Order: sequence, then C-alpha cells, then structure tokens
Amino acid sequence: MEAFKKTSSVVAPLDRANVDTDAIIPKQFLKSIRRTGFGPYLFDEWRYLDRGEPGMDCSTRPLNPDLVLNQPCYRDARILLTRENFGCGSSREHAPWALVDYGFRVLIGPSFADIFYNNCFKNGLLPIVLDSAVVDRLFEEASDGYRLTVDLDAQTITTPSGDVVDFAIDASRKHRLLNGLDEIDLTLQHADDIRAYEKRRAQAAPWLFDG
Amino acid sequence: MVPKTLYDKLWDDHLVCYLADGSALLYIDRHLVHEVTSPQAFEGLRLARRQPWRRSANLAVADHNVPTTETDRKSGIADPISRLQVETLDINCAEFGITEFDMSDPRQGIVHVIGPEQGATLPGMTVVCGDSHTSTHGAFGALAFGIGTSEVEHVLATQCLVQKKSHNMLIRVDGEVDAGVTAKDIVLAIIGSIGTAGGSGYAIEFAGTAITAQSMEGRMTICNMAIEAGARAGLIGVDDVTIDYTEGRPFAPEGERWEQAVAAWKQLRSDDDAHFDKVVTLDAATIKPQVTWGTSPEMTAAVDQVVPDPADEPDPIKKAGMERALRYMGLRPGTAITDIAVDKVFIGSCTNSRIEDLRAAAQVVRGKSIADAVKLALVVPGSGLVKRQAEREGLDKIFIAAGFEWREPGCSMCLAMNADRLEEGERCASTSNRNFEGRQGYGSRTHLVSPAMAAAAAIAGRFVDVRSMQADAGGCR
Ligand code: SF4
Repeated sequence: MEAFKKTSSVVAPLDRANVDTDAIIPKQFLKSIRRTGFGPYLFDEWRYLDRGEPGMDCSTRPLNPDLVLNQPCYRDARILLTRENFGCGSSREHAPWALVDYGFRVLIGPSFADIFYNNCFKNGLLPIVLDSAVVDRLFEEASDGYRLTVDLDAQTITTPSGDVVDFAIDASRKHRLLNGLDEIDLTLQHADDIRAYEKRRAQAAPWLFDG
Repeated sequence: MVPKTLYDKLWDDHLVCYLADGSALLYIDRHLVHEVTSPQAFEGLRLARRQPWRRSANLAVADHNVPTTETDRKSGIADPISRLQVETLDINCAEFGITEFDMSDPRQGIVHVIGPEQGATLPGMTVVCGDSHTSTHGAFGALAFGIGTSEVEHVLATQCLVQKKSHNMLIRVDGEVDAGVTAKDIVLAIIGSIGTAGGSGYAIEFAGTAITAQSMEGRMTICNMAIEAGARAGLIGVDDVTIDYTEGRPFAPEGERWEQAVAAWKQLRSDDDAHFDKVVTLDAATIKPQVTWGTSPEMTAAVDQVVPDPADEPDPIKKAGMERALRYMGLRPGTAITDIAVDKVFIGSCTNSRIEDLRAAAQVVRGKSIADAVKLALVVPGSGLVKRQAEREGLDKIFIAAGFEWREPGCSMCLAMNADRLEEGERCASTSNRNFEGRQGYGSRTHLVSPAMAAAAAIAGRFVDVRSMQADAGGCR
C-alpha cells in the first residue's frame, strides 16, 4: 500500500447523506477481477447521462452537469466532502478502489458506514470524521478554488483563511497509513499467538476443528 | 463474575490477543467466499506467496453472477466478464485447496443460505464473508459480519482479523405480531424506527418474545438486515429452535461431539443483568406489513399508510433526501401505498429465499393468477436444496400455475449482476434488502416487502394488505 502524504487540494462538496456503495461504484463494474481501473466509473449513474457498462470508453460519454465532480473547478479535487453515513450498503472494496483510482486521498464527513470506513484504510484513503457543525461550515465555505490542507501526521486540516481544525484518528491506523504497512505481515508476527489460541480452543470446542 | 452480553461472550471466546494499540486479533472460525469479492484477495496471496492458514475453515460458492434460467445454467454464463469471475473462483479454490460448491453442484446457492443449511454456520462461531449481509448468520448466536476484500485476504492468510470491539445494543420486540406480519416486517419497522445509521458502531442483539417466536428462517431475515440499520452484526441468543435447526446438518458435529457442543451452545445468550449501551423497545402488536417507498430501507411505511410528505420533515438534509427519493421513485406525497402499482415481482435473495419464505408466498398465490399488468414475477430459491424441497412440496407448481417463473438459485434480481433486472423506471415488489437507486438495474424502482406481501402484490398488480387477502381466502390465518 502506498504511504499517505500530506494532501493539499480543492475540495469537492457532495451534498448528500447516505451515499451508498452501489452509487459509488455500480454493480456491473464489480465483475472485474482486478483492483484498478475503477476510477472512470466512480459514481457512474450520477456522473454520466448514459448507462455505464464495463470496458466503455468514458472520455466520450455525456456528462451529467449536476454532479459536482463534473464541474471543471472540482476536476482535480483530491478531497471529497460529504454528509452522514457515506459508504453505506454493500461491503464492496471496489468503492474505495474507485475513489482512490479516481484520485481521492481524503474523505471528510460527519460519519461513515462501518465496513466502508475500514476498507478505506486498507487502500491509503483517509476518511476524516468531523462534528456535523464543522462539516456544515465546510459545506458553506467550499466553493470554486477553496482548498484544504490535510496533515495526517499533525492530525490537522487547514482552511484557506488559516483556521486549523483538529481531527481524531486511531493511532495504529494512522501509523499504518503513514508508513504504508501491510497488515497481514503485522498479524503474522503473532503467528505463535494464533497457534496457541487454536490449541486452547480445540480443547474447549473440539467440534470446530474436526473439519 | 461480571454479567456479559452474548456479544461479549463471543468476543472473549475468539480473542487471540490484544495489540499494542488496544485493537484485538480475533480468530475466525468460518470464512465464506464468493466470486465477486475474492479474486483480488487470492491474487494478493499469490503475489505474496502465501498459503491459506486453515483451508478447512473456508467454504466457497458462486452466487452473485450465476444465471438463474435452466438453459443458461446448462450452456454456461453468456456474459464473458461474469463467466471469467466465476471461473476465477473455481480456479482459485482448486489451486488453494478450498471446498467449493460450483455452479453445477446441487448444494449451490446464495452464500448466506447455504452456510446455515450445511451446518457450516454453527452457534458460537465467528463467521465472516466478503459480503455485508453476513450479519445473517448472527441468528445462530454466532458473531458474523461482512468484510472487505483486503480482509478476505487477511483471513485467508492468518485466520484472524484486526478488530475493535463494538458497543452493545439491545432491540427488544415483545408481544405478538398480527397474522400476516412477518420477520421482514419486524426488521423493516425496526430500521424505520432507528434509521439506517441507528446501529452504527453497535452489535445489535434482537430479543423479546416476538423474536424468539420466530423460526430460524425468520431470525435469519431479521439479522440479515441488521446491516441495513448500520450495525456491524446482528445477534440472537441460542435456544432449542437454534439447536433443532442445526442438528443433522452435513457440517454439524455428531454423536458425543454434538452433545458437547450443545452443552456449550446453551450458554450463548446474554446474562440476565448484562449491560447494554443502548436499548430500543418495540411493541410487536403495533407492527403492520411494511412497504418501503424510497431509496433507503429506513424509508418505510405500513401498508395502510400514504407516501410521506417531505414538507413535514424539519431536518433539511433529510427533507432533501426524501425529495430526491420521491423523484427517483416517481411517487407523490400522499399517495396511498395500496395505490402503487407494480411492474415486476421478485421473491428471492438472502433475506427471503428460504423454504419458509417460499411457503408463505405460495400460500398467498395458491389458486390465483398474477395480474395482467405484472410483466414478470420471479421466484428464485436461495439454494439448490431449497429448490428441491419446495418442489417436493409442490410449491413450484403453485407458482408456475399462477404465472410466476421458477428459477435456479442465486442472487439474481437482488442486485441484478446477472441477466435478471428491472428496466429503467420499472417498479418492483421485492423481498430483497436494498432499495438503493439503481440496485435492481439502471433506473430501477424497488419496494421492499415480505414474501407474502410480494406475492399479494403480484396477484393484485399493486400493493395490498396481505392480511385482507388472507381473510378473504378464509382459514389462512
Ligand atoms: S442475495 Fe443480494 S444481498 Fe444477499 S448476498 Fe446476494 S446480492 Fe448480496
């Protein structure tokens, strides 16, 4: 996984609550057996006026001007501002893959759905939870050219006027994100603990280990 | 001893160790695998030259992409991309030595149907799958939750997951539901009441007499949709219903081992004075058959109500969400739910495709025909074995005589990854679990209902209160 670096970028305000993973990446694109290439189909049903199918050349498709990402000033946004319960629904990791492939590095919202939130960290994507009042304020301020700087190490977001907003994040997740660490390797450092557990458990609940 | 909730007990039983940051390494007893969320995980193993930690803990099946017509089943999947994904699962399972029920296996079906049916899901287990509706298996007093593909790889490689403990929530539904009110209505009413984010950060235990009165099928329906309330897991304590269901299943223990297991499973309930961080209570007697009207499962109404008016919603964000949903659904505020006509009907999905669901639908359909305006009514059994059982009982004949199509098992129109889907603007009475925009096809309009309510809508061509139909039929109550 790529290490997370300090990000300074335009903010795309997606003013919707309960954005589900079916909306983030519709199911027809889940047929891919690869991890990459989902970016052009991010928010497919909102982003284009036609119906998307895997393998389509998206550069020639009609864009829906209503979607904020289609406005030229937000084209290079690396930060997505959103509302409550972003990423709800299906557990598909294709959702963070699509967001990352598109270019997003940071999501900011008042809450994220549980599985989606976990999936972000495994893919170098930083979901930041802020108080809804702060999110409201960012939505009010976010407009053409509004840039935020997100410093994961310092756990701060800096607004164009120089205001600094702190955010909380789990220490180990931060560590892994900053260093791009492979979680499986970290867990395998506990291989002896896992074996000891299996031994214990096989005595208490042998039927679980008959297969 | 400190009294514990069921969730606490399951957590403690599976704790390998705590990590430096306070998160835990949790041991996983059962890993269910399907074709959509696993290819990248197996690829990851291959690239890192890793092997599965414990092969026998895994069970794989193709369900999301498989065709459901008999001819397509025989001739293979027409869509080359879908076919590649299913074949990739076959190849991965063969290479890594994982048991798979492939497309031609009579035991094939929706992953959350076959786990319990095979006894691969047992009380007291931790069960995970790269699918959010893994919460289904919590009906067995198992800790079951959905994971992403990176976690699928993590479980394959280590048999563990790094987890933070959730909070405990208790949802009690006491009293008796009216005849014709099912587990699906109970869980939709719960989601309508606490909202789709109401369970965020919690493991929800469902309890109360209206819950324990449910069969295992009904309990699975309820836990299945715990995820739609935002909860990581849904749980129901073990009782005789659980144990009776499990006995004799192919993967269940036998003989002395069975006795030993049952003794342990009987402990799998929350202690009487266990502490819950949040408690919600519902009165079963007030729950009526539900029909969702919007694009989120929390947008639900009782069948005798009308489509709500966004103008009455004080919260501006919610209001905007309602307006958007009504626009998408092509509905006006104030329309009676029973005035909404349907184009298609889908009975299936991991929420409602078990034998009892099919029986409930067949009972409503028996001797009747689907309305002329209904273009397609599908029954898609949850597994090959459910299908066979239904055919033994003659349910297929009832459905076919009424004009339904009787299909092969799979996810089908629940998410429309195969050929079964709605066309743009089509309205469907669906027994599945998600009414999101585009879920059942581009521009599709989904109304979530119980199997009996879906069957009733197929006959009437619009939503009707199944309780009135059953009263008409006489004796069905
Ligand atoms: S039936 Fe629907 S919800 Fe269930 S596993 Fe299949 S696609 Fe997911």
